[in-house]
Amino acid sequence: MAETAPASNGAQPALVAEDIHKSFGDLEVLKGVSITAHEGDVIAVLGSSGSGKSTFLRCVNLLETPNAGTITVSGETIRLKPDGHGGLAAEDPRQIQRIRTRLAMVFQGFNLWSHMTALENVIEAPVHVLKVPKAEAVERAEAILQKVGVYEHRAYYPAHMSGGQQQRVAIARALAMEPAVMLFDEPTSALDPELVGEVLRVIRKLAEEGRTMIVVTHEMGFAKEVSSETIFLHQGRIEEQGPPQDVFNNPRSERFRQFLAGNLK
Amino acid sequence: MDTVIAYMPNIIDGALTTIAVALGSVALSVVLGLLGAWAKLSKSRVAQGTGEAYTTLIRGVPDLVLMLLLFFGGQTLLNQIGDATGWWDYIEINQYTAGVLTIGFIFGAYMTETFRGAYLAIPRGQVEAAIACGMSPALVFIRVVWPQLVRYALPSFGNNWLVLLKTTALVSVLGLQELVYNSFTAGRSTRQLFTFMFVALIIYLVLTAVSDVGLRWLDRRYNVGVRRS
Repeated sequence: MAETAPASNGAQPALVAEDIHKSFGDLEVLKGVSITAHEGDVIAVLGSSGSGKSTFLRCVNLLETPNAGTITVSGETIRLKPDGHGGLAAEDPRQIQRIRTRLAMVFQGFNLWSHMTALENVIEAPVHVLKVPKAEAVERAEAILQKVGVYEHRAYYPAHMSGGQQQRVAIARALAMEPAVMLFDEPTSALDPELVGEVLRVIRKLAEEGRTMIVVTHEMGFAKEVSSETIFLHQGRIEEQGPPQDVFNNPRSERFRQFLAGNLK
Repeated sequence: MDTVIAYMPNIIDGALTTIAVALGSVALSVVLGLLGAWAKLSKSRVAQGTGEAYTTLIRGVPDLVLMLLLFFGGQTLLNQIGDATGWWDYIEINQYTAGVLTIGFIFGAYMTETFRGAYLAIPRGQVEAAIACGMSPALVFIRVVWPQLVRYALPSFGNNWLVLLKTTALVSVLGLQELVYNSFTAGRSTRQLFTFMFVALIIYLVLTAVSDVGLRWLDRRYNVGVRRS
């Protein structure tokens, strides 16, 4: 994979999520959320807790089954069927498994596999899912670990690394899949304040390389400086959407203004 | 001492039978335990109920009662079914089979709890991360769930194994010539019961000690990456 992905142009979008609805019981968490990410886009998704932003991200790769909506990755739409509980599940498990390899996810709680070293975490899916020869996977993994700055820790187990190091390994694990879109679910929320910077720097570097990313975050400064589009979710709907300079300087929605007032000091 | 040496081949033979019963039953119990844990953790009400009934039944009935029931009653029942349906001819459950089936069945219930608890101890996020990478359910199980399941199950598994090893002594009641049966017979015929039961005790201790070494090895192997305080 090239170090820099092509800039967004007339090609088909990397990810289109349309009219995603999700309810947990009687509680409707997402009331029709749509986003389009072209190649190279960095979409920051903001919102207070309970706004549905993480749920939305988890619906995109079907970790959560949406109740309605369509998801299209690089032009391929995920075929969905009713799951018998009011939600939608993948019709063909192999299709969703293949599409998930194109949508790498970085979790709030890192979720590294604790019985594997950093390097083993990074080569696991390339070797066993993508069937990359092991030697090649190791070589690539080492380059990626170098890039995110945890090469020295490649033989460490997650329990022996700091949160910031673990999250950088988790980012390396996602990068190793050479995904079309990277999904970040509050990647810095579980970190000690002094470790947030090292992780944000890595994500910023990836954004500068032109990677397509959707970042659910609480980091206003990051959204403002790095994103190409900022989305503000409130009570399951998009309240504000646009280039960050517009959204942050001239917020149209009252709710977003309140949100900013509470967050930007 | 001479009498002990004279009877030693016989007692060693018995010890080997004991080991065979123990290994056979532990294998069966692991299979039943995994099935039971799967049933209890499944979303299906029927599976949950079956798993629940299984563990409740075993907890409430003495091992010996189940063993005698299966050995004497089970064979009769099977043959009556065979007669009535014509699906099979005469079936004989020998002592070894009866022992392995009963002990495996009993310990399967304990293993069910062992594996269920171990599964619940695996951080859900690690399973999600595996799913998010595009792993199939089988691959998630093999690569992420199983190694950690073993890790979390080992302490309780080791405990079950040691109890199981001792429970095999019950099979002597069915007349299977295992360690207790042979030692007891030798003791009675030489009128040196104390000596021979003491020999049996030592052999059981040796078996436990060897198990302990094996369990420790497994523990080291499956606990890589775990921080010990």
